[in-house]
Amino acid sequence: MFRYSLILAIALALYWLSLSGYYDNGLLLTLGAISIALVLFLCSRMKILDDETVPYLHTPKALSYFSWLFKEIVKANLQVVKAVLSPDMEVSPTMVKIPSSPNTEMGKTMFGNSITLTPGTVSVEMSEDEILVHALLEDMSDPAGFTEMADRSAWSVGEIQSPKLEE
Amino acid sequence: MSLLLAAAETGQSASPDMWASVLHGLSILRNIAVIICLASGLFFVLAGTFGVLRLPDFFTRLHAAGMTDTLGAELIMLGLIIQDGFTLLSLKLLLVSFFLLMTSPTATHAVANAAYQAGLKPLIGRYKAPSPTDIKEEA
Repeated sequence: MFRYSLILAIALALYWLSLSGYYDNGLLLTLGAISIALVLFLCSRMKILDDETVPYLHTPKALSYFSWLFKEIVKANLQVVKAVLSPDMEVSPTMVKIPSSPNTEMGKTMFGNSITLTPGTVSVEMSEDEILVHALLEDMSDPAGFTEMADRSAWSVGEIQSPKLEE
Repeated sequence: MSLLLAAAETGQSASPDMWASVLHGLSILRNIAVIICLASGLFFVLAGTFGVLRLPDFFTRLHAAGMTDTLGAELIMLGLIIQDGFTLLSLKLLLVSFFLLMTSPTATHAVANAAYQAGLKPLIGRYKAPSPTDIKEEA
């Protein structure tokens, strides 16, 4: 509890400083500190100071996950651009149910958002253990193609120790 | 740049106007990088627009819009960050691109889910754009 409020205070202070840019005006700094204290007070009264509200400990893993995801996004973008700009525009829209292997809410959110973020696939409906995915091209809808993304997103929120990588 | 190389060959120490020419060369390189980023970002935004206009139904059009959200917006942000260098403004631009990456899939999912819940049936199966000759025959 105390740990999370400390982390949240540091994160909010860094965020405030990077947005404000005034470091020598005492009044503004005081008001910033007061607003941070107010947010901390509200959060502790709402009892939402937990790993979900304060996910900053996952930042290093999330950064490495994002660098992997960005490569996938570029690849998918090129596929979609090719399909859209070709004169006869051959697309094969598909709906497919993907098993959602991450167990925590945060892992599921990460996985669902990653699917939507890669162009060509959009997560349409989430249920307990499945995600309904709409894919623009048929070869993007192969459920086996999603297992690496599921593993890595589960890893990025600290759910599993090491992703089963298929290199 | 060439002045500095010449100075290195003759063993002289670099004079102030040599450093100025180095800085000038670097700023040209930076401008080239910025132009490449902005141009390719605009290409993806344009391709996304074409996709929204050409694709047959609501769900397939979402994919084209997603292209504008991801590579299009991020490449433009990257170009602006390179243009500004290591400043506070770049940090803010980095935050903006991060928030774009977080919010745009959430919005896309909300829209897609709402359409699906409302009973909009997606087009499934192969689709090919009608060629101009087909359209003429129909008319």
